[in-house]
Amino acid sequence: MSINLEQFHQTFFEESFEGLDSMESGLLNLQAGGMDADTINTIFRAAHSIKGGSGTFGFAEVARFTHVLETLLNEMRDGRRPVTPDAVNLLLESVDTLREMLTAVRGKAAVNSMRVADVQGRLELMLGKAVTADPGMVAATVSPGAGSCRISFLPKSHLFKTGNDPLRIFRELDGMGTLAVEADLSRLPAFESFDSESCYVSWSATLKGGASEAAVHELFDWVRDDSDIEIVSASPALPVSVVEAPPATGASLVAAMAAAPVAGTEPKGGVRTAAGSEGTSIRVDISKVDALINMVGELVITQNILRQVGENFDMSKIHKLSSALAELDRNTRELQESVMRIRMLPISFAFNRVPRLVHDLSTKLGKKVELKMSGESTELDKTVLERIVDPLVHLVRNSCDHGIEMPDRRRAAGKPESGTLLLSACHKGGNVVIEIADDGAGLKRDKILKKAIERGLVKADQNLSPEEIHDLIFLPGFSTADQVSDVSGRGVGMDVVRKNIQALGGNVDIWSEPGQGSRFTVRLPLTLAIMDGQSVAVGSEFYIVPLVSIIVSTIVKNEHVSTMANGGEVFRFRDEYLPLIRLYELYGATSRTTNIQEGLMVVVEGDGKRAGLFVDELLGQQQVVIKSLETNYKRVEGVSGATILGDGSVALILDIPGLIRVAHQKKVA
Amino acid sequence: MATILAVDDSASMRQMVSFTLKGAGHDVIEASDGMVALTAAKGKKVDLVVTDVNMPNMDGISLIKELRQLPTYKFTPILMLTTEAGDGKKQEGKAAGATGWIVKPFNPDQLLATIKKVLG
Repeated sequence: MSINLEQFHQTFFEESFEGLDSMESGLLNLQAGGMDADTINTIFRAAHSIKGGSGTFGFAEVARFTHVLETLLNEMRDGRRPVTPDAVNLLLESVDTLREMLTAVRGKAAVNSMRVADVQGRLELMLGKAVTADPGMVAATVSPGAGSCRISFLPKSHLFKTGNDPLRIFRELDGMGTLAVEADLSRLPAFESFDSESCYVSWSATLKGGASEAAVHELFDWVRDDSDIEIVSASPALPVSVVEAPPATGASLVAAMAAAPVAGTEPKGGVRTAAGSEGTSIRVDISKVDALINMVGELVITQNILRQVGENFDMSKIHKLSSALAELDRNTRELQESVMRIRMLPISFAFNRVPRLVHDLSTKLGKKVELKMSGESTELDKTVLERIVDPLVHLVRNSCDHGIEMPDRRRAAGKPESGTLLLSACHKGGNVVIEIADDGAGLKRDKILKKAIERGLVKADQNLSPEEIHDLIFLPGFSTADQVSDVSGRGVGMDVVRKNIQALGGNVDIWSEPGQGSRFTVRLPLTLAIMDGQSVAVGSEFYIVPLVSIIVSTIVKNEHVSTMANGGEVFRFRDEYLPLIRLYELYGATSRTTNIQEGLMVVVEGDGKRAGLFVDELLGQQQVVIKSLETNYKRVEGVSGATILGDGSVALILDIPGLIRVAHQKKVA
Repeated sequence: MATILAVDDSASMRQMVSFTLKGAGHDVIEASDGMVALTAAKGKKVDLVVTDVNMPNMDGISLIKELRQLPTYKFTPILMLTTEAGDGKKQEGKAAGATGWIVKPFNPDQLLATIKKVLG
């Protein structure tokens, strides 16, 4: 039977990455001074599992590397090696290396063998020896041989209690050649003292032809300690005592390697076309699935009620109908929530990376940072979660680098030497709110302002509130670091952070007080599939404007509108001129009015730029389910998707950043 | 065909063992550690136990000891899955009452061949 082991790869990778995460957090715990056996055991077990799996599923490089790592961990586990900070740092680096290796082999790419060799070399150096390849890395096979042998097999009386059956051994011997067996019943006791659970019989056997001596030895492997065994090869080989026999002879090892089956085999090049079709999967708590099934059950009941009402309907049943419809409404909403919940993952998936990050950063910067986390079980959509990791890492990095001061400066300021970094998440009114707070120096407003003026981002005489000054750090290309550090990187930071968060339909706020610290508050929608939208009407058409992008809706007087040389229009809004976008013109709709002051101006913001959308009127606000236009139709400029309204008609969802980009190009042109 | 209890904390190994054994027509009960396995074994008598050694909660060696205490598992074959090529774990397992072992890494064919031997 041939089984394709690739079907287990995804599970292997998933559990290995999880194992690496738990190794990492375990190692960080060790670092914090907790030297407990449980933690070391957990770390060891994770390495051990990865080694076993990678060997089995044919990732020889990973298996070799993990073997060295495991050897070191084993010495620590047995108390033969102290857990020094250096050792922990090297182990952490090994975890990183393993993660890279696994990522590479999953993507069927080559591993960075230089880096692997470097880290493996340092592990071996720490061990004080090169680790011999684990003989178990090569699956043994039986090589055929010739000749005959005599076997004397004298089991101890407890043999049966190990689950071993001498019959099995003889059956196999029989399959290996011509077997003659003679039983010795001399040890059989008298009937009164006969214990049916003990073994009294011994055997001598002669096996002729075919079988190699090693194979015969191997057959008795499991019972060697529970028996006296003698295997004597008839000519030409000399008698060999079983106990001294090496597990595999040189010749059979070579043969085994040559024949090395699935384990250790390189991936077949060029044959696999299904490669790369690595589907992403999601682990769902069974209780969520149960809730879903429960919901569907209720929906079916409601549907039955409605069908009954619908048969021979007359007005006397109107009350029944309306209550069933109310029930349907409730079912649908709950079903929607249940389905959404399936895509929800705890934010700990993103938070888990932070302890390591803080550990590495504080070591590098020579700062003392205590990390506190709360709300790790707060759930949000998988896609949102995946895309929030980078901004989050950036903000944490910033807090460590720019926020928290060096220990001596903190002491001088009367603060504890060790700074505190607070990372928290919670649900607030349909949003997930993530806070990254530090008790560091706070934003240096004068420095920010000076830099902004230098770069011409604000005018020298402009009077800005503290909040407005804080906001300047989100402008493209802004950096306050005097020297570009390799921690916070170049000034590509905060504007990208904000852009990424906004792309998720969220926003980021800053609170900061000199000397007290800073707090970055990130608000994110729970999901990308549904959003809060404002319906607007243009003639008979409806459009959805994402609520987060609306600043204000107002009536603009005609005298505040000016036309530019290129035909583009701008209007005056709070001391600045914003491009005016007439939606009816853009989408070829017939509007109720073309007179600016008879309609409404919806002032929107996207990517830090503003514009006004001219519409007939505002309708209600509602949650809309986003349907992709690209999958169902094709990409349309200025439209991010579509949704189906209550009456079944389709409304386009406006891509505000896209629209503004086009409008600003016009304004500049 | 036989009922086999497959014990491993690694989901991929468990899947592989289970898939292989089911493919050969056996009934397979899966357990993610020794504790779960012991409960399962008490609930239903199985013909063969295949267990990993290093596991959280209850490791393979303790599982074997516990099983051997049960009258119904006195003679039941128990195989350990071990990555240790050295003798340490094997000896420990044998002392606890293991029937034999399968050294990781192994492929499905090797697993089936070994199990066929034990089940006869």
